[in-house]
Amino acid sequence: MGDSTMSKETKKKEKTQTIPDLNSVPFFGRQILIALRNRGRINPESIDEYIAHDGYQALAKGLTKLKPTDIVEQIKQSSLRGRGGGGFDTGRKWASAAKATGEPKYVICNADEGDPGAYMDRSIIEADPHSVIEGMALCGRAIGSTVGYVYIRAEYPLARKILGHALEQARAYGLLGENILDSDFSFDIFIKQGAGAFVCGESSALRASIEGNVGEPTPKYDHATEKGLWKKPTVLNNVESFANVPPIILKGAQWFSAMGTEHSKGTKVFSLVGKIVNTGLIEVLMGTTLRDIIFEIGGGIPDGKAFKAVQTGGPSGGCIPESLLDMSVDFEELSKAGSMMGSGGMIVMDEDTCMVNVAKYFIEFCNSESCGKCISCRDGSEAMLEILTRISEGKGKEEDITLLEELSNAIKEASLCGLGTSLPNPVLSTLRYFKEEYQEHIVHKRCPAGVCKALITFTVLEKNCTKCGVCFKNCPYEAITWKKKEIAVINQNQCKKCGICYEVCKFKAIERK
Amino acid sequence: MAALSIKDLTAIAKKTKESMQISAQGPHTKITVHMGTCGIAAGAQKVMDSFKEVLEIVDKKDVILTYSGCAGLCSNEPMVTIERYGEKPIKYINITPKIAREIMKQHVQKGNPLKEYIIAKGYENIV
Repeated sequence: MGDSTMSKETKKKEKTQTIPDLNSVPFFGRQILIALRNRGRINPESIDEYIAHDGYQALAKGLTKLKPTDIVEQIKQSSLRGRGGGGFDTGRKWASAAKATGEPKYVICNADEGDPGAYMDRSIIEADPHSVIEGMALCGRAIGSTVGYVYIRAEYPLARKILGHALEQARAYGLLGENILDSDFSFDIFIKQGAGAFVCGESSALRASIEGNVGEPTPKYDHATEKGLWKKPTVLNNVESFANVPPIILKGAQWFSAMGTEHSKGTKVFSLVGKIVNTGLIEVLMGTTLRDIIFEIGGGIPDGKAFKAVQTGGPSGGCIPESLLDMSVDFEELSKAGSMMGSGGMIVMDEDTCMVNVAKYFIEFCNSESCGKCISCRDGSEAMLEILTRISEGKGKEEDITLLEELSNAIKEASLCGLGTSLPNPVLSTLRYFKEEYQEHIVHKRCPAGVCKALITFTVLEKNCTKCGVCFKNCPYEAITWKKKEIAVINQNQCKKCGICYEVCKFKAIERK
Repeated sequence: MAALSIKDLTAIAKKTKESMQISAQGPHTKITVHMGTCGIAAGAQKVMDSFKEVLEIVDKKDVILTYSGCAGLCSNEPMVTIERYGEKPIKYINITPKIAREIMKQHVQKGNPLKEYIIAKGYENIV
């Protein structure tokens, strides 16, 4: 009897022992969590659980043990840089706003995350809204502000709901409002909902939108830290930047600045998407190589396909080729490679991705999101789109590449805001690293990746065809002729090149060329 | 609710830690369904409902059922973390309501983790 219980126990032990430890699974083991410290371990709608994990302790410290100038000094010394894209020194921003005169001062959190494939900010708010609230309150204390806004896009209903709930809880506990934690500090935060215009993530457009004006960028004659929202001193930081603040204040600037590279400290959250085995939200030390991120944490490319490029920084970023995979990820290195850190979207592309098509996609995106104020951005992106469409249809001319380059430089020079000045980046970076692919399209009228519909044809390889008829049954356009025990034939003038036959044929009997 | 003082913060932290704590006396298991937008899109709500249904039948005192934001591995959602007293938390991936019921039966009630749905056990690197 006793023996049988023993053996059951041992069996159970053996069973649990074979489950790998989280740290030995690269997806989790290679990550270091600061901004995402509470992901998966607290209920985002319970302020008590946040408090149980050191929540609001940094604010308590900031109100009792530190002077506002000390908070600014800590952030300065931590070398925290803005996580929204530009990488501006957060401490310098805070110091400038703290010094500026004018009442009231404002703290704005930019949660207008709009890059395709990026969802870091949404995830932080959904998992740990109080970390952002606490970071904003600390900023308020540091610069002498009493009002904060979170500018969040309407497309994030759950994040907005969770944030709204968190704000109510914080108010109920007196962690927002008058005399927070028995101090002389009063601060409250309000949600401003964006209507989903990409350009409203740009600082001056975002401010205009909060003010109730059309969300268009304006020239930056003044620093926003001196004349920002309603011409008052304003600090605008991204969600992830604010989420980093409480741990820095609690554990000290040196703790934070000991991590990362010389000019990029701490960690960065990335959303790893595209042709990658482990799609996911990751936080890694600054300086981790792209190769480690993609092949270790991300688990490489699915279906044994070859890696082609990784796109970082959203529509403002660029495509980085395989030869640069050992580059360490920080603000400077990514810029050198013709891309940028951006907010942290990372789109992995495999051999089946056409780089002309990728460039076209991003230009199309910026073209439809351009606010139209600057002719260079509005019509420049239109012209670029025309050229790229022409190339992908096999109607490209030899001089198109030079024209694209000239246009890119003109748009960069003449546009007012970041959307315009960075929109040519996807074109410039693909031209820089994948020029031969453009030339294939233009000179040989071929799309090497087999993506551009006008340049490919699908045919049946007779030697591989098993006469099963699967392609015939699946063709939505009735463009395939087949009878039992006969080889299928694709009628080219009816074929819409959807590629379904290519996907469903298990015998590699459909050729895409 | 009156505004908190710093002392109150510490008290809330202590009380919450205790109430969320699993122990030998019970509750002995904590189930966390990861319910970010991504998880819900992949079916986490149905998984949650399925745990709730089973908990209607079995002894609720023994189990804390809660939820959190996204656990990070989007490609394998819905994800669930099960932590039993004295054991490291175990992360399950690609959970369906059916698997959730099985987890309740085998892992939560009998202590036999369902290895085929588990990615790993342990804690993340929080610095």
